[in-house]
Amino acid sequence: MSSDTTVPADPLPVPERERRRDPLLRMTALARPRGSRFALGVLLGAAATGAGVALLSLAAWMLAVAADHPPITALGVAVVATRALGVGRGVARYLERLVTHDAAFRTLAEVRVRVYERLAATEPFGRFRTGDLVSRLVSDTEATLDLLVRGLTPPLVSVVTGGATVLFLTALHLPGGLLLAAGLLLAGLAVPLAAAALSRGPGRRQARARGELSTALVDTLHGAPDLVAYGAMERQVERVNAADAELTRLARGDSALLGLGAGASALITGLTVWGSLFLGVAAVEGGALDAVSLAVLVLTTLAAFEIVAPLPAVAARLGAIRAGGARLFGVLDTPAGTAPPTRAGLDVEGDATVRVRDLRVRYGPGEPWALDGVDLEIPAGWTVAVIGPSGAGKSTLASVLLRFRDPDGGRVEIGGEDITAYPADEVRGVVSGVPQDPHVFASTLRENLRLARPGAGDGELWEALRRARLAGEVAATPLGLDTQVGTHGLGLSGGMVQRLALARAVLASPRVLVLDEPTAHLDPDTRDAVVEDLLAAAEGFSTLLITHDLTGLDRVDRIYVVRDGRVLQQGTHEELSRQEGWYRDVGTD
Amino acid sequence: MKPLDPRLVRTADAVRTHLAVSVACGVLVTGLILAQAWLLARAISGAWRGEGLDTLGWVIGSVAAIAVARALLSYLAETSALHSAARTKSQLRRRLVAHVTGSGRVWTAGPGSDTDQGSPRAGELVTLATRGLDALDDYFARYLPQLVLAAIVPLAVLAVVFWADWISGAVVLVTLPLIPVFMALIGMHTRQRTERQWRLLSRLGGHFLDVVEGLPTLAVFRRAKAQAALLREVGEEHRLATMGTLRIAFLSAFALELLSTLAVALVAVEVGLRLLGGYMDYQTALLVLILAPEAYLPLREVGARFHASMEGVAAAEQVFAELDRGRGVPVRRDGAAGGAAVDTADGAVGKAAGEAPAAAPPPATGRPAPAAGGDIRFEGVELLYPGRDVPALSGLDLEVAAGEHLLLTGPSGAGKSTLLSLLLRLTEPTRGRISVRAPGGRWEPLEAASAHDWRLGTAWVPQNPYLFDVSVADNIRLGAPEASMERVREAARLAEADAFVSALPDGYHTRLGERGARLSAGQRQRIALARAMCRDAPLVLLDEPTAHLDPENAAAVRTAVARLLRGRTAVIVAHDTGWAREAFGGTLRTVSLPLPTQEGSVSR
Repeated sequence: MSSDTTVPADPLPVPERERRRDPLLRMTALARPRGSRFALGVLLGAAATGAGVALLSLAAWMLAVAADHPPITALGVAVVATRALGVGRGVARYLERLVTHDAAFRTLAEVRVRVYERLAATEPFGRFRTGDLVSRLVSDTEATLDLLVRGLTPPLVSVVTGGATVLFLTALHLPGGLLLAAGLLLAGLAVPLAAAALSRGPGRRQARARGELSTALVDTLHGAPDLVAYGAMERQVERVNAADAELTRLARGDSALLGLGAGASALITGLTVWGSLFLGVAAVEGGALDAVSLAVLVLTTLAAFEIVAPLPAVAARLGAIRAGGARLFGVLDTPAGTAPPTRAGLDVEGDATVRVRDLRVRYGPGEPWALDGVDLEIPAGWTVAVIGPSGAGKSTLASVLLRFRDPDGGRVEIGGEDITAYPADEVRGVVSGVPQDPHVFASTLRENLRLARPGAGDGELWEALRRARLAGEVAATPLGLDTQVGTHGLGLSGGMVQRLALARAVLASPRVLVLDEPTAHLDPDTRDAVVEDLLAAAEGFSTLLITHDLTGLDRVDRIYVVRDGRVLQQGTHEELSRQEGWYRDVGTD
Repeated sequence: MKPLDPRLVRTADAVRTHLAVSVACGVLVTGLILAQAWLLARAISGAWRGEGLDTLGWVIGSVAAIAVARALLSYLAETSALHSAARTKSQLRRRLVAHVTGSGRVWTAGPGSDTDQGSPRAGELVTLATRGLDALDDYFARYLPQLVLAAIVPLAVLAVVFWADWISGAVVLVTLPLIPVFMALIGMHTRQRTERQWRLLSRLGGHFLDVVEGLPTLAVFRRAKAQAALLREVGEEHRLATMGTLRIAFLSAFALELLSTLAVALVAVEVGLRLLGGYMDYQTALLVLILAPEAYLPLREVGARFHASMEGVAAAEQVFAELDRGRGVPVRRDGAAGGAAVDTADGAVGKAAGEAPAAAPPPATGRPAPAAGGDIRFEGVELLYPGRDVPALSGLDLEVAAGEHLLLTGPSGAGKSTLLSLLLRLTEPTRGRISVRAPGGRWEPLEAASAHDWRLGTAWVPQNPYLFDVSVADNIRLGAPEASMERVREAARLAEADAFVSALPDGYHTRLGERGARLSAGQRQRIALARAMCRDAPLVLLDEPTAHLDPENAAAVRTAVARLLRGRTAVIVAHDTGWAREAFGGTLRTVSLPLPTQEGSVSR
C-alpha cells in the first residue's frame, strides 16, 4: 500500500446530485413508499376542513332560500346534508389524524432502519464519538415524523381545500372567487413566509444573546466552587443578570417585529370578507348576482380562512425541520472509513501473530498524522500494552485492528495475512474485544452477553462471567442472567460495565483480544481490580491492552509507549523503569 | 398541571400585566366579533330586501373598519404577549439564579464523590433557565389570550344569540357545556390506559437510540447487520403500540370537533326551518348562523394549543420546585456552637434548616475575627451530608501549624477533598470544631469569622479547576478583581503560565471558551495556580494538582507549586506523594486519612 492518503470507495455511494438537494425534499422523498397512505390522509384532512367550510356555505344557502318561504321540500336535501357535514367533519378529522400518524410511524420505522444500515455500513465512529452527537442524530431521525405529520400534510390539505373553495366561488361569482384566491394566497403563503423570514433576524440576534446567557449560567453553576472559594460569586451573578438583561431587551424590541405576522393575517382576513361583501352587494344591486348567492359568497369567504389557519405555524417550523434534515443527511452522506475488501476467506488457523509495519493514519488530507509510522508486534499468546497520553493515537490503532478504518500507509498483518484486504466481519472473527466506552444494551444480561456468541448456552455465559469476575455479583441478584440492565433496567457501576464487556469479549473468543481503554472513567481502586481481572481473563489470547495509566503493566509481556503517533519507547516494565524517559517519569509513584 | 398557575401569576408581575392586557383585548375582540356578525347579517339581508350600496354603504364601511381594528388588536396582543413573556422569563430566571447561587447545594460535593465539580444537575438547570423557559413564549402569545377568549366569547355570543332568538340560544347553551364534560370523561377513561402504554412506548422508542449508541459494540461482535431486522420489528411494534394509544388519545379532540360542528349544524337546520315557517326574520337567522361557530371556536383553539403551551408551564413549575427545594446544607447534629442545632438524621433538612444560609453569620464576640494564616486545629470533626448514612469525614483530630506544608494522603473516599472544603468554609462540620489561632494569639472557633472574610485569606487549586468563558486575565484575577495587569502577569509568570498565555491570539485578553476549551489540562492547572498567586493568601489549599498530567506539564506545575507555597501555610491533597517530597523537602509533613466510619474516630 502506498503512503498516500487513500480515499476509500463508498459501499453505498450517495450521488452528488442527491447530496445537493434540499433536505426537506430528501426527507419528503423518504415518505414516498407510503405515498398512497399520505394521500389518503390528505384527502381525509381536506374532507374535514372542506366539511367545515361547506357547512357554512350550505347553511347560508339554506337560510337565503328559506327567507323566501318556499315549500319545505326545497330544503329537504340541504337539511340532511347539513347534518351529515356536521358529523362528517369530526369523523374525517379523526380518521385523518390516525391515517397520517400511521403512515408517518411506518415511514419513521423505515427511516430508522435506513439510517442504521447506513451507519452500520460506513461505521463513522471516530467522527461522532460523543454521545451528544449520537443522540442528536437519533432525534433528527425522529424529526422526520414531525415533518410528515405537521410539516407536509397541512399545506397539502390547504391547497386541496383552498383550491376547491376558490373554484366553487369562482363558478358562483368570478370577482368574489378571485378575491378569495388572493386573500388565501396572501394569508396562507405570503404572510407566513414573510413572517418566518422576518423572524430570522431576531432569531439570530437572540440566539447570540441566549448563548452568552447560557455560557454565563454554565460558568456560574459548574464553576460555583471556584467562584465561592474566591469570593467572586456576586460578581458572577451580576454577569448573568447583565446577559439576561441584554436578552430581555432584545426580545422586547423584537416583539414589535414578530407581532406583524399576526396583525397582517387578521387584516387580510377582515379585508377579504369586507371585499366580498362589497363586491357581492354591488353585484346584487347591478343584477349580476342573486341574493341567495350573496349569502353563500360572503359566508363561504368568512369560513374559508380556517383553511389557511395552520400554515403560519408550519412556516415557522420548516426552518428547524430543514436544519435537522441537513444534519441527518450530513451523517448519512459520510462515506465509509474502509475500502471494499479485495479478498475473502481470512485464515489464521496457525500463527496469529500481529505485525504492524510503518502504520500511518490521519483523519483527512491536511490533518496531522494520528499514527505516524508505528511498528509493533504481538506474538501469539502475548499480552502487549500500548500506553501514552490521550491524543497519542492509541485508539486509532485499535480502530485499524478492528477494521473500523483503513490505514493511510503501512501494513497490518495477522498470521502473515494483510487484514486490510479482507471484509471487516472476517477480520472481527479473529480480532475482537472491548471497544472504548462499551455499550450495555437495554435488555437482559443474557442478551447482552449473547451478542458475542448468539447460540451460547447458560453454562458458557456463566463461565465467561466467572473469568471476568462478575459471576458472584450476578449470582447474588434474584433474576441472575435475566436481570434487566442498561438504560431502563438496573444501573451497573463503571467497573461492572467493563467486566460485562470483558465477559462478552471472552465469550467471542477471538484469536486477538483488543482492550481499548478498559479503565477510563474508573476510580483508582476499581481500576486496579479491573486491570488485574482483565489480565487474568486474557490468558491464552494474544492481547493488546490500550491504556493511559500504568496499573498492572508489570504483568504484561511488552510495553509500547506511544506519543504523537509514534512509538517513543518499548520494552518490559523492568526495562522501561530503568530507562530514562516518559515511562519512568509517569510511573514514579 | 393547571392552565393558569396561580404561583406564576403571583410571582411575576409581568404575568399580571399580560393578563390585564389579554382581558382588555379579549373584551374588545369579542365586541368586534359581535359587531361584525351583526353588520354582515344586516348587509346580506338588506341586499336581499333590495337595498343598494348607497343605503348599505355605512354597514360595509364599518366592516372594513372592524377589519382594521381587529388587525391592530391582534398586533398589539401578540406584541404585548412576547413583551410580557420576555419579562416573565427574566424575572423567573433571576429568582432561580439568586436561589441556586445563594444555596449551598451547587458547590458542596456530590454524594460519594471526592471532588467538587458542582452539582450534577447543573446542566439541567442551565437548560431550564434558557430553553425551558423559552417555551413560555408560546404559552403567553398563543395560549393565555385564547384562554381569556374562551372565557369571554362563548358567554357573550350566548347572550346575544339568546337575545336574538332564545331557541337557538338554548341549543348553544345545552351543547356548549357538553364539550368540557365529554372531554373530561374521555380524559379520565383514557388516562389509565395511556399510562400503562407509556412504559412500553418509552422502551420501544428508546430502542433506536440504544442500538445506534451500541453500534461500535455490535460491530466488534459482527452483530451490526443482524440488528437491522430487529430494528424493523421493534419499529413495527412501536407503531402498533403508538397507534393503539393515539386511537384513544385523539378521541377527546374528536368529541370536541364533533360536538361543536354538530351543534352548528343543528342551529342551522333549526333556524332554517323556522325561517321557512315565518317564525323569524332573515337578518336574525343570519346573525345566529354567523355567531354560532364563534361560540365554539375559542374552545377548539384552546384544546389544540393546550399541549404545546403546557411545556412552558411545566418549565415554570420546575423553576418553582427548584425554588422550594431545600438547600442541601449539612446541619450540626451535636448541638454544639452555631446556634441552630437541628438533628439531620433523615429528611430533617426541612424548612428551618433548609432555608438557613450556607454559613451562619458569626456570633458577635467583640474580639477580632480570626483570619487565615495562623495555626489550625480540628477536634472530632465530622461531616455528614444530608441523606447519607456514612459521613464524608469522621472523628478527625488534626493540627496544622502556621507555615507548615501538610500533605494529605489516603484512599479515595477518605474525605481528603472534604477536609479542604471545610477549610474553605464551603460547608460546615456536622460535629466537632475547627479552631484557628493567630500567631501569639488564642484559639478562636473558625465560625467566628464570616465565611467571606475567612476565604479572603485562602487560595484554592482544585483537582479540576474551572476556567470561565471570559479573558485569561479575568480568570487569573478571579479572587482579586482589582489586580492590575502587572500583577496578573507576574502571577502568571510565577505559575509558569506566562509563556503559553502570551502565545494565545490576544494574549491575556483571549477569551477562553467554554470550560477553558482552548487550553490543555496542564495549562488549565497553571492558570489555576496563577489565580492562587494573584489571590496572595496566607493559606493555600491544593487538591491533586498534578493528577492526570503528562510529565512536562507536571514538572511545570511542580515548579509553580513550589513557588506558591513559599512562606505560606498549605494543605495538599495528593494520591502519589513522591513528587511532593521531592519538591518541598523538609517542611513537608504527611498525614494519611483512613476511610470514615459511622462513629469512627481518628486521631493523630
